[in-house]
Amino acid sequence: MSQHTEEAPMGVTAERQAVVSATGAAPGKDWVIVARGLKREYDMGGEIVRALRGVDLAIARNEYVAIMGPSGSGKSTLMNMIGCLDTPNSGEYWLNGQLVSTMKDDELARVRNKEIGFVFQTFNLLPRATALANVELPLVYAGVSGHERKERATRALERVQLGARMHHKPNELSGGQRQRVAIARALVNDPSILLADEPTGNLDSTTSEEIMKVFAELAEQGQTVIMVTHEPDIAQHARRVVVLRDGLVASDDKRETFTKSVGLV
Amino acid sequence: MLFFEAVRIALNTIRVQKLKSFFTALGVCIGVMFLITVVSIVDGMGRYMETELVGKLIALNSFELRHRPNINIGDVSRETWMEYNRRPRILESDVQPVVDALGEGTLWAMYSQDQMQVSSLYSRPRSAQITAIDGDYFEIKKLDVTSGRRFTPSELTTGASVVVIGPDLVKRLFPTVDPVDRQVKMGGKMYQVIGVGESLGSAFGMSFDNYIYAPFRSPVHRLLNKEPHVIDGVIVQVPVADLLPDAEERVRTVMRARHKLHPWQKDNFTLETSDSALEFWNKIKQYLVLAGVALPAIGLVVGAIVIMNIMLVAVAERTHEIGIRKALGARRRDILLQFMIEASTLSTFGAAMGIALGAAAALLIRSTTPMPTYVAPWSILVGVLIGAGVGIVSGVYPASRASLLDPVAALRQE
Repeated sequence: MSQHTEEAPMGVTAERQAVVSATGAAPGKDWVIVARGLKREYDMGGEIVRALRGVDLAIARNEYVAIMGPSGSGKSTLMNMIGCLDTPNSGEYWLNGQLVSTMKDDELARVRNKEIGFVFQTFNLLPRATALANVELPLVYAGVSGHERKERATRALERVQLGARMHHKPNELSGGQRQRVAIARALVNDPSILLADEPTGNLDSTTSEEIMKVFAELAEQGQTVIMVTHEPDIAQHARRVVVLRDGLVASDDKRETFTKSVGLV
Repeated sequence: MLFFEAVRIALNTIRVQKLKSFFTALGVCIGVMFLITVVSIVDGMGRYMETELVGKLIALNSFELRHRPNINIGDVSRETWMEYNRRPRILESDVQPVVDALGEGTLWAMYSQDQMQVSSLYSRPRSAQITAIDGDYFEIKKLDVTSGRRFTPSELTTGASVVVIGPDLVKRLFPTVDPVDRQVKMGGKMYQVIGVGESLGSAFGMSFDNYIYAPFRSPVHRLLNKEPHVIDGVIVQVPVADLLPDAEERVRTVMRARHKLHPWQKDNFTLETSDSALEFWNKIKQYLVLAGVALPAIGLVVGAIVIMNIMLVAVAERTHEIGIRKALGARRRDILLQFMIEASTLSTFGAAMGIALGAAAALLIRSTTPMPTYVAPWSILVGVLIGAGVGIVSGVYPASRASLLDPVAALRQE
């Protein structure tokens, strides 16, 4: 992978070829994510940190992708880009046919609300709200009426087998249950992508397996899942593994279980 | 919908952090409490002044012809006093021409008044307000008797030595016996009590029931005015308020002629109406209202600063929560609204406490002091609006800071 050092031009490996050709495709029906030349720099007290140096990435609908990389590889920055929490300094990012990279804050908020379901390492549930209220939250910002909100949130919780615990607060739930609440919250708006950031980072191995099973089931049901992790064991569950190194895509490994239907070479 | 959601969140925060919320809202609470209390005092006194006090001192639709005002408005300069003292007194002989000039249906009464010692067989001498009257005095003042009777026309004409006494004097002069048909002694002469008058109530702890009425022509009038044939005043009452200016004009014309005033000379007598008496009150009211606004304003400013401070702390404490909300799709205005509403709810909660405490204070003042308070509905509404307003003002800055937080940075903060 030495060709991916700073001096190297956009190195073309066998794996990358697929991505480049994919990004050449118009961001349309099949491609839920198309990113071209994403660059992101931070000014850390005078020192410019180049977190992303031109990432090309295309993810098709129904894919289950793991994004890996050592710390400092830019995977968190990429996750923030994909999650529309941040915008690139240059490059294009299309999400579900919408050009996100030039959007203003409030448009980004709307896109996050509609298109993205976040699952965080630290669960990020509101501590004082019940599981149900937490799951309702994205619907609140989507402007869904109270009755429908309750109904949809309940259904989402039942989907992760937490129907019985929906009136509990996060501190009354186990780690695995909290993460299930977070998954329910991520799914409640029927997002285009489920974006998980180290979803098992705070869980023991048994619970981790349990959560990974939930993701696998969701992927099976056709949900696009993107998971950022540094644990190879966890990445194993995905059907495609994108590895970042020094702000560039170092490898993009499609596993043989991957559905061929989306037209990736 | 988001509005109610935000109110619900805010109420929940208050519920969870009762003590903190209480102290946060205390400034607004005190401010509004002051406002409600002061306004209720001003309003109550205003109502009292207008309907009770002035109504008792100066009857409805009436004016008094006097040589100088009975109720003086604010500070009276030395020159004015000297001018008052140079004025000719109103004479008994002025009454008939004035009465002759009045229109049909108009009531009139003349009177002289002073504080004097009165005694009875059952009590040591007591001070009382003695009024010698003639004409329709009881009718104008709407004063009835609770026992005995009022004066007959012949008693008034002949100047019989009879009196009607007030309830306070019944207690003082006749503590154990029925006063009717018993005697009181004023200026060495005996008078027969023929009736006990109704209570006139009190104002600011001063009772109006310490009165004795006697026919003007009875011997008592010599004690009230040292100069012969001088009287304190003539009261004129018209049936409806519209006739008041006309009646005043007639009396003015008669008096100017009797005092031989040239057209360029000013009146050297006074026609005192309830309006001119209320002018005095209106002057006091200005200062009271000023105090009533200034004091709460201080409380409200302090309250607003406290709430702003607490909201800044809340934004800092809940940065992570804001990050989560933004990640889930909250727009700037959602976050702005949430914190503004939270501040307003806190402050309206304080205002509600203030209204309750202020109303309670007003009731307490009414029941324990002679100050008549009245909590006006509009002052409650104003209190609520002030509460919400203070919240909005103090919430703007913290809320806008919260709304501008970067979601990535906010999420990173624990």
